[in-house]
Amino acid sequence: MRLKPVAGILLRQFYLIRGSPVRSLPMFAWVAIDIVVWGFITRYLNSMAAGRFNYVPSLLGAVLMWDFFTRIMQGVSTAFLEDVWSRNFLNLFATPLTIAEYILGLVVTSVGTSIVGLAVMLVLATAVFGLSFLSLGALLVPFLLVLFGFGIALGIFASALVLRLGPASEWLVWPLPALLSPFVGVFYPLATLPRWMQAVGHLLPPSYVFEGLRAVLAGRPFSAASLALGAAIAVLDILLASYFFSRVFHYAIRTGLLARYSAESAA
Amino acid sequence: MYACPPDCGSGKVVLSVAGLCKTYSAVVAVADVSFEVHRREVVGLLGPNGAGKTTTINMILGVLSPTAGSVHIGGVDLARRRAAALAQANFSAVYAALPGNLTVAQNLRFFGMVYGIPELGRRVAGLLRQFELERLRDTKCGLLSSGEQTRVALAKALLNRPQLLLLDEPTASLDPAAAQTVRARIRSLAVETGCGILWTSHNMYEVEEVCDRVLFLSHGRILLEGDPRRLPREHGAATLEELFIRLAREPLAEPLERAG
Repeated sequence: MRLKPVAGILLRQFYLIRGSPVRSLPMFAWVAIDIVVWGFITRYLNSMAAGRFNYVPSLLGAVLMWDFFTRIMQGVSTAFLEDVWSRNFLNLFATPLTIAEYILGLVVTSVGTSIVGLAVMLVLATAVFGLSFLSLGALLVPFLLVLFGFGIALGIFASALVLRLGPASEWLVWPLPALLSPFVGVFYPLATLPRWMQAVGHLLPPSYVFEGLRAVLAGRPFSAASLALGAAIAVLDILLASYFFSRVFHYAIRTGLLARYSAESAA
Repeated sequence: MYACPPDCGSGKVVLSVAGLCKTYSAVVAVADVSFEVHRREVVGLLGPNGAGKTTTINMILGVLSPTAGSVHIGGVDLARRRAAALAQANFSAVYAALPGNLTVAQNLRFFGMVYGIPELGRRVAGLLRQFELERLRDTKCGLLSSGEQTRVALAKALLNRPQLLLLDEPTASLDPAAAQTVRARIRSLAVETGCGILWTSHNMYEVEEVCDRVLFLSHGRILLEGDPRRLPREHGAATLEELFIRLAREPLAEPLERAG
């Protein structure tokens, strides 16, 4: 694998973000708005609880981590959609660029954009609402890595979906995180859910992160094995999503979909 | 009129297409197409709309897989070593504009990195100078005129110093003066860089002026091949355009042998 094309895709996204407030603003604005809204909700709930329970880490912490996951997923799919919007597939895939290089380029781009969002969220949540992730210590890293892995997998899957179904299907991919959120227990334990929803939740890596996060914050024993299982599922999901993207790409080359992609006749 | 360089058509084969077929269910888009392009040679791929020209070019570019047949670029099998084969080719097509939200220089740098060009800064600067794009370097491509966009697309097409250059109607949206400049530039590229060029056009005057050899494609098959300046006479037509029209209207009524 060559690293120059991977860096090229990152550079292209940097050019686009630098040259357009429409692209740079969402990196900061939406995450900031989320933190502000949920920050005030937690303050209100804390005042109602009158010191019996601190909602800041459990609620605001969960919002922050879920937002990070969403940004990762959207970072991958947005970088891919740039090629859809600019009708660039023909120019791009008539080059020596390999699928692996392209996907890695999307992932690296997403890392860059979502880390900026994470930094904004951390600063705002800590400075304004007193959220301290330091209490999680070194555990924060594996929590974030599992979310990062699944975000990457979902972003690659969403990109493959748009490649297969056509440009208009981008409206299907934006709500994907919201579609998964009831199953992963962002704000409540998985045990709250009916059995079939719990079964689905156990297949989704974020559920292990949020269960672990709640356990640590409540001072209960934390299961490293569960988190390792979540990480393993995330890695498997990345491999499956990459395989799916590769299959869709070869289908697109075989059927002529890639060459006439600007038409909305893909589905 | 440009003279064919002494060694054109006799040099190293930069593109070899053998038995290329593409079918979509019952529809045959390209049927058993075979031809070669040599160093310093400009080959015209002609035919009416829907003849299979763009399908053939897409298969050579690796964005469409053939149902049967093979494509070798610089001797490298596209199906087996896609990246190595495509590293030796590049293209410009009127329907594949460069991203309009990047500037001229950004587009060249981006594609230069995708091709893995060494000393990219120097290469981009040289191409900006060569195609008189220096004053437009920081202009977004979407804001350029058709002529300027064609120049940028050609600059991008030369980034990797390709052995094979595919040009799909490169002068389609240009005024006569701009088209004349582009033709002269492309013709001199074949001579100076030694690359082989596969060119599609509906402008028969242009084809006669630029191409060393032409292939007439109709219903996905090559009907005729030869020197564009001699073919009309050989087949009883006054001009290349007249021959084109006859072939386009009744391609199978009068079988014509490939003059190869």
